[in-house]
Amino acid sequence: MKENNIEELERQFQEKIDNDIKIEPRDWMPDAYRDTLIRQISQHAHSEIVGMLPEGNWITRAPNLRRKAVLLAKVQDEAGHGLYLYSAAETLGADREETIDDLHSGKAKYSSIFNYPTLSWADMGAIGWLVDGAAIMNQVPLCRCSYGPYARAMVRVCKEESFHQRQGFEIMSTLANGTPEQKAMAQDALNRFWWPALMMFGPNDAESKHTEQSMRWKIKRQTNDELRQQFVDITVPQAEMIGLTVPDADLKFNTETGHYESGEINWDEFWQVVKGNGPCNKDRVDARRKAKENGMWVREAAAAHAEKRANRSKEKRA
Amino acid sequence: MNKHLFEYLLRLGDDSLIIGHRLSEWCGHGPILEEDIAMTNMALDFIGQATTILEYAAKVENAGRDADALAFLRYEREYRNVLLVEQPNEDFAVTMVRQFLFDAFRKPLYEALQNSSDEQIAAIAEKSLKETKYHLKHSSEWVIRLGDGTEESHEKAQYAIDTLWRYTDELFFENEVDAALQSENIVPSLIPIREEWQKTVTAVLAEATLTIPQNGWKQQGGRTGLHSENLGYILAELQYMQRAYPGMKW
Repeated sequence: MKENNIEELERQFQEKIDNDIKIEPRDWMPDAYRDTLIRQISQHAHSEIVGMLPEGNWITRAPNLRRKAVLLAKVQDEAGHGLYLYSAAETLGADREETIDDLHSGKAKYSSIFNYPTLSWADMGAIGWLVDGAAIMNQVPLCRCSYGPYARAMVRVCKEESFHQRQGFEIMSTLANGTPEQKAMAQDALNRFWWPALMMFGPNDAESKHTEQSMRWKIKRQTNDELRQQFVDITVPQAEMIGLTVPDADLKFNTETGHYESGEINWDEFWQVVKGNGPCNKDRVDARRKAKENGMWVREAAAAHAEKRANRSKEKRA
Repeated sequence: MNKHLFEYLLRLGDDSLIIGHRLSEWCGHGPILEEDIAMTNMALDFIGQATTILEYAAKVENAGRDADALAFLRYEREYRNVLLVEQPNEDFAVTMVRQFLFDAFRKPLYEALQNSSDEQIAAIAEKSLKETKYHLKHSSEWVIRLGDGTEESHEKAQYAIDTLWRYTDELFFENEVDAALQSENIVPSLIPIREEWQKTVTAVLAEATLTIPQNGWKQQGGRTGLHSENLGYILAELQYMQRAYPGMKW
């Protein structure tokens, strides 16, 4: 009887999904659906928070007041995205602090792109243009994700990301049209961030263990390779427009398909960085762990003070 | 040009620029995500204020420099910020106490500057006051939480007060620049502003159960360009791009 009941619930659940009806926090959902979403949303939240570090690295050295203000605003947006996303994960029963501890212990992942260092001002352009550009490709379909709170968070996140992408491109284009030193700086940033940006879409479809189920649940709407192709098709002409060269000797436009064909991604590098061996994996997680540890006494003080206040107002009332 | 007005604008602009720089160092490392956002937001407010003020300073100077040239291309001895704002962040207690001591000064200052006979200054003050009220509320609340929180937080907050108190006198530094501008009702006397600052500080520190240090030696020099060793390192970062790639557009 009980089994039949679950089967029936699962049938109704899939029916909702097939009819594009959003799943809301109080609705019944299969455990695996819940777990997949918690994993994906908290990974996404962690990426926003860890992503503050490589860009935060250039705030104090931004080249002028306008760029400094824009960069501050951008990094602040990312912190805001992290906050929404942790809240969205909480609607599924994931505790924010536990989720964060999973990041610090290495159990939870975040976008590998943030394990690359930001070595010049041009990296602020490259990150906005390529990394936020790739993030948008991934996130626009998530606005139609079957889980309501995630889909709604993505609508707002995507608006801000697209603003960031344009700002990043504007930085790159200013540099590319600047002095020879500036153009070299921009080209070097593109050289370093191009391949990691392509890796942001994840393994090839054949290798991706979550894709099939996530597509059926409409958590994911397009495959990794489809999204990667869209990104290449949009980004290569942008690079050409500002006179920069995409660092892929095999890149060519196929006039029959209307798509660019790229060279092979270095999957060994991809898996090494995922496993924790990227240039900055340790630094990024250490920085976050340190922030939490150094902030412990502050959080304790806030809690202790709130308790004192509550007690005092109780005494007053008594 | 009005040399006194230019000098005064540098004081205002540099205070904002340098405290904004210090706050921005926290970005990504705050003790709580919400506080990371708040400090970045305040940094953004201060960089915005610095931009508007230094733009006006550049206009007053009328020597072909713009706000960026003033922010990024002066030498150490030409900065006019108080020593307080260049003090290192150390920990969250030092950062918040520094912020509080400064906000408690900035609020009455901007209130008074709203009535400046110089329309531009009055407008800047009016706009900045809104932010400043929020900053002061935020930093006061934290000083109270930390002071009247745990034993550890109380100790850290008291250490912060003890360390930073020596830099508070300089907030009220006045010289012939002030005298000249006061005679034209461009800027207020800092005497009533000091009284109000004292009131705010006394009330908040009392609620925070923190003690005001007595009779300590007071440091000054920032207003006349004689800074602590900290400023040089701030400028090394702040000016890095402009110095390494001179004359380029970004």
